[in-house]
Amino acid sequence: MKFFRLILRNTLRHKLRTSLTILGIAIAILAFALLRMVVGAFYAGVDTAAVDRLVVRHAVSFIFSLPISYMDKLKTVPGVEDVTFASWFGGVYKDPTKFENFFARLAVKPDNFFKVYTEFQVPPDQFQAFLKERNAAIVGKETAKKHNLKIGDTVSMKGDIYPGNWDFVVRGIYKGRDRSVDETALIFNWNYLNEQLQRDFPARANKIGWYVVKVHNMNESAQISARIDSFFKNSAAETKTETEKAFNQSFISMYSSIITAMNFISFVIVGIILLVLANTIAMTARERTTEYAVLKTLGFKARHLTGLISGESLMISMLGGAIGLFFAIPIAKGFQTAFPTLFPILPDPKWTIIWGSLAAFAVGILSALFPAITVSRMRIVDGLRHID
Amino acid sequence: MPDIVEVQNVYKAYKRDSIEIPVLENITLSIPEGEFLALMGPSGSGKTTLLNLIAGIDRPTRGSVKVAGDEVTTLSESRLAEWRSRHIGLIFQFYNLMPVLTAFENVELPLLLAPLSKKQRKEHVDTALNIVGLSDRTSHYPRQLSGGQQQRVAIARAIVADPTILLADEPTGDLDRKSASDVLSLMEQLNKDFKKTIIMVTHDPHAAESAHVIRHLDKGELQ
Repeated sequence: MKFFRLILRNTLRHKLRTSLTILGIAIAILAFALLRMVVGAFYAGVDTAAVDRLVVRHAVSFIFSLPISYMDKLKTVPGVEDVTFASWFGGVYKDPTKFENFFARLAVKPDNFFKVYTEFQVPPDQFQAFLKERNAAIVGKETAKKHNLKIGDTVSMKGDIYPGNWDFVVRGIYKGRDRSVDETALIFNWNYLNEQLQRDFPARANKIGWYVVKVHNMNESAQISARIDSFFKNSAAETKTETEKAFNQSFISMYSSIITAMNFISFVIVGIILLVLANTIAMTARERTTEYAVLKTLGFKARHLTGLISGESLMISMLGGAIGLFFAIPIAKGFQTAFPTLFPILPDPKWTIIWGSLAAFAVGILSALFPAITVSRMRIVDGLRHID
Repeated sequence: MPDIVEVQNVYKAYKRDSIEIPVLENITLSIPEGEFLALMGPSGSGKTTLLNLIAGIDRPTRGSVKVAGDEVTTLSESRLAEWRSRHIGLIFQFYNLMPVLTAFENVELPLLLAPLSKKQRKEHVDTALNIVGLSDRTSHYPRQLSGGQQQRVAIARAIVADPTILLADEPTGDLDRKSASDVLSLMEQLNKDFKKTIIMVTHDPHAAESAHVIRHLDKGELQ
């Protein structure tokens, strides 16, 4: 702390240069933090996946459906507590070219879907109303807010995977149990879908997208998965059973190139600010060569000078980092508000702050490294003879 | 008085590419405690080099430099830094003050390395600034002081930790006659009243007259 005043005064010596460097770091850390949040948003579904749920899908691909008749068989598998199912509906709502009109639409087993997915919280009276009506739907709080949907409103869609005109009556609005839960989906009764398919496309009726199995003991997940898959071996639709986490991960693998690119760019940004700050600190240290030599004559050791240079570098990098992070979270939230369906869940801001702070700290330390070593090794007589 | 500086058979040469340029040749010099010695000589005669060797900021090619009982040439860089903070007070021609620190803060710098409380540091700094006659300039930055005042702040910084020896390299070289005279009077006072051993490198015969002993260096040899 005794040297803090000298560090602070040195930092403020060239106000314009320091301000520009801090601004550059702030922008770079902001970009870094936003990219980390976007990457984190991709993985949010994986990180928050329930450990006691298994997903049973068609062994060939997720896009192939499974017979509804598997339901009863799955219930008999030892270790299974409950079974529900869902189908991806798709559909076109309003103008399909606008992001805000895209949100997940799922046809589900109405009586127990919300019992298995306890993170979707629906008021009991709304849930009862949902059960009573064939074309009832429950929408997430964010989607309801975005589209100004209220109980009793009708949501009309054009089918794409399932052709036709579809009208859903909003009978409930669900909230997430915590901030990691997607609050943008529209969930409706699978029977409504199936009845129309039986009438118009009988060959596609009585099929569902995937089953969700709740297990008694999560430690037995592997054995239960094996039992389920062996149960349907050599059937017309063989199954692949995996943990919800693995299932969600398989979705993300579709975007692996984009995620890899974003990861790469985020670290390139850190590399660039490292060079910018390293140049500033090296220039500063070179200008102060004589001063450092004088400090050495007073008895200052290499570690003292390293502390002064690192302190100044860290002060600039951490201040820039703090400014960048200060704006990163509101900007990300604004982005999420503008495109809720694109990023339904943002990762915990705590991790963005930790990552951003670590990046700023690393940049501060690494930038000071070379000038600190140079000054520490400098002979006093050479330093005293130095001319700026 | 015992000798506080003992320079024995010192040879110092600088290497420029593969050529060795001798600067000091076979220098032997003893300076008793409390002495005020002026080192004179033309440019390039090796005065500053000899001063640097005594200050422990440069090492001889050969020979021994003993100051305050310590063989300076064998100390590690880290030990040498500690040794300098205890024994050496350096005064430069161009003052070499930190421009971002006030007079008080500049004088306080050597004390930051000592195990002293803030209050103790303040007492030492106030005393040093009082000795050099700048008690009313404590909060001034170097740019707000005249050359003579800046040099007096530099002297206060050199004496604040109560070093064994004061080494001054052309302390009046950048000052007008009046300011130079004030600085020399101050150095005489430090020698007389505070018994400080002073070694001063100077070109100026008038400045050298303040010293008790004048030694001449020419072409690396002590006359």
